[in-house]
This record gives sequence, C-alpha cells and structure tokens, in this order.
Amino acid sequence: MSRPDKFIVDGKRLDGRLPDQLRPIKIEVDVLKRADGSCYIEMGKNKVVAAVYGPREAYPRHIQDPSKLVVRYRYNMAPFSVEERKRPGPDRRSVEISKVSKEAFEAIIMKELFPRSVVDIFVEVLQADAGSRTACINAASVALVDAGIPMKGILTSVAVAKVDGVLVLDPMKEEDNYGEADMPFAFFIRGGKIESIALLQMDGRMTKAEIKDAINLAKKGAMEIYNLQREAIMKQFVEEGEENA
Amino acid sequence: MPEDILVDIKRDYVLSKLREGERIDGRKFDEVRRVEVKTGVIEKAEGSALVKLGNTQVVVGIKMQPGEPFPDTPDKGIIIVNAELVPLASPTFEPGPPDERSVELARVVDRGIRESEAVDLSKLCIEAGKSVWIVFVDIHALDDDGNLLDASAIASISALMNTKVPASRFGLGEDFELPINDFPISVTSLVVGDKFLVDPSRDELSVGETTLTVTVDKNDNIVAMQKSGDYLLSESLLDQIIETSIGVSKRLREEILRQISKS
Repeated sequence: MSRPDKFIVDGKRLDGRLPDQLRPIKIEVDVLKRADGSCYIEMGKNKVVAAVYGPREAYPRHIQDPSKLVVRYRYNMAPFSVEERKRPGPDRRSVEISKVSKEAFEAIIMKELFPRSVVDIFVEVLQADAGSRTACINAASVALVDAGIPMKGILTSVAVAKVDGVLVLDPMKEEDNYGEADMPFAFFIRGGKIESIALLQMDGRMTKAEIKDAINLAKKGAMEIYNLQREAIMKQFVEEGEENA
Repeated sequence: MPEDILVDIKRDYVLSKLREGERIDGRKFDEVRRVEVKTGVIEKAEGSALVKLGNTQVVVGIKMQPGEPFPDTPDKGIIIVNAELVPLASPTFEPGPPDERSVELARVVDRGIRESEAVDLSKLCIEAGKSVWIVFVDIHALDDDGNLLDASAIASISALMNTKVPASRFGLGEDFELPINDFPISVTSLVVGDKFLVDPSRDELSVGETTLTVTVDKNDNIVAMQKSGDYLLSESLLDQIIETSIGVSKRLREEILRQISKS
C-alpha cells in the first residue's frame, strides 16, 4: 500500500464513503459456547470476536481486591490478521490498547458488587483494517451485556481521522496510515444518550477547533453504532426468551 | 498495610483541600512544579538530559547507530523510544520486562516527538533503502514523585536537542548536530471530579491515577492526547484541559529553552 495522492475526490473517500459515513457494521451476539458472554463484530474489514468470562474467583490470589471486582482486558491480534504476519503474543501496541480499553470499562462496570472476583474480557482480532481497537471495544461492550455484568451503561467506540484537512469518521487503513491525525474515542452511553468520554487517544496534528469538530463527528458515529449494538442485544434477548418459553 | 492507610489519609487530605479550592503544596491548579533541565550529563551518550520536575527525576540518554530503514520509509531515519521504570525510582516499581505503565509512558512520549516531527528524519538517511540512522531514546526513571510522563517527555526532547550524530565513529563523515524542528511539550493533568490539577505530585495522585495528557507543538497544535485511568471525562472538562494545556506548554517551553541555552 502506498500513500494515495488524494484522499477525497468529489466529496467522496477512497472507498466511496462520505466523510461522516461509517463502514458497514455487522454484530452477532452469543457466538461462543464456553464463554459467559460473547460477540462477533465486523466494522468494514475488521473482524473481531470478544468473550467475557466471569465474574469468577480471582486467581492468582494476589490480584484479588477485597473491596471490588478486578477487570482484565486482553486485546490480541491473530498472526494472519494483517498484511505482514504479526508475531504472536503481546507487543507494545497491544499492551497499551489493552490498558486504556480496560480502564474505559473499569469506569462503567459496577465493580463493588463482586469483591475478590475477576472478570476477563478477551478480544481477538481475526482481521484488522484500521480501527480494530474501536471494533474490539464495541464487541466487548455487547459481550459484557450478554454475560450479564452489571454496568452503568454501555461503551461505544469509533475513531475520527484527518485527511487532506478534512475530518473523516471511522477511518480505513489508508486514511489511518497516511492521514494527518487519528483520534479514537469510546463514549459512555446511558439511557440512549452520550454522557461522557471513557477512552480518548490522539496522534497527529490538530487545532483546538478541529478537536471540537472531531468530537461531534465521533458522537454522531457512536450513536449509529450504539443503535446497532442495542438492536443486536434486544434480538438476542428475545430469542433467549422464546427458547426458554 | 501501613502504606495503604497512608494513601487513604493523603487522599482525604488532597480532597478536603481541593474542596477549599487549594492544592496541598499551595500551587495554583495550572501551576507546574519547578523544572530544572541539565543537558549533556552522560558523556558516553550521543545526547542526554537530566530533568527534575519538583522531586521527580528522570535521565534520558540518546544512542545512535546505522541500521536498516523501514520498507515504507526507505529514506528516513528511525526513532525508538523506550522507558524503564527501574525499582530504584519507586517502591511500586518492580524489576523485569516493561509493564503496561512503562509501555504507555514510552508510547505517549514517542507520539509527541513523532507527530510534531521534532526530529527531521529525512536528514538521517545514509543510503536510501539500505542504511539510515536509528535514534534510540532511552528513558530512565530515577525518582517518581508523580508525573514521570511529563518529566520524561521534557528530558527526551531536551536530550535530542543536545544530540550529535556520531558519524565519524561509523566512518560516515563528520559528526553533525541532530536536526530538530520542534519542541513538543506534554502537559498532564490529574482529573478529580469536575476539577483538574496540572502536573500532579505523587501525593495528589493518591486520589487515583486518573489523568489526561495533552502534547502541544510550538505552534499550539495538539499532537498527542492520552486519557489514562478508570474515569469518565466530560466534554466540557476536556475542552478546559486542552485550553489550559496550551497555555502551560508555552510557558514551560520558554523556561526549558532558556535553561538549555544557558547550559
């Protein structure tokens, strides 16, 4: 892949999207048998699967917290998920993504309900195409609901990039690699409304005003994703209800 | 667990002071601790700096060597930032491979340098596609009294400013000064409820490691941001923090450059 001459031609992006348009999204709930909760998401060419185990007794013992639940989050990329084979196991990038994603969920999970316990969130990136961390958070969010983990709300994640001086929603690979800035968000959504920011990173070059615009664009995208998350969860609960009837 | 009890007491103290609109050390909310920068402290390194931010101390050394370029940037030098939170610097640091804290620290410092294009990597090409200069930025924490991140970022860019490319040692002509185009400053704030404290001390961080780092280049552009810690950030507070960080970065950059030019 090389740097495109222009990212936006006649108002359209390289893949034909408008600047404020998301890639197609597909969400499936309860895709794994062994996990307590699970979710498969496709965001464009990103394909990720999330599993939640717990709350269960925390081992090794020294990680236990007598006052609250311990949250663990593991973002992991499959070796075949990218153009050039990725060496298996955590690299520095995955360690950082896991840390900030974990902290985002820690902020909304009702941890005080489960002292001495742990909840494990495992996210496997089967195919990555820019924005895999956002796809993972969206999948993890649904998997946590599927597992019945009490939360104050839900997290919905999306990134905004800047290319040719224009802000674009949910950047694809070229925009991410060669763009002027990249800003991933996760929003805390409660009662169908965006309340605050749970994850925020940024690299590139942006003015203060551009950051404001980027937040608004991200919020628009997040609400669309949230509706899909909600739909997938509702569908799952109806199906479960019918099976149990 | 005496340490835990102390943390509880400190937390209560920090919070009660905060309710009165004060910080425990009397600083203003947007006031950075005294900063001291000394460059050229390690003769064996290509560049180096020792930074004190209050009682927090970090030393950064730069080593350079020729190596293979990345395939997608065949004519550009490479920067690698690494941080070691050695146990000497804090009772909570453990020996062993870098944990998530040191990885995050190194990567946020890296982003500030990279995205501000502080080092002119195009001038570090030896033979396109074959050989370029690799710049190793190694952050060594000495004393963690809070906000190691900003101290590390200051020490890194100061050390880079002080770096001579060791060309003669590798038979590649005369040594030359590392070309520097920008001076990014990272400003970390501790977020407590609807308030924020710039450059938090260790004691202040006892309320929780809930921070937001905003890195600003010399033209007031934001070049990196990182929210760290398990808290929710409101949009209006984010806005205020960015605004304040831009102002703080200007003052801090001036002060550091003044000290560097004297040393």
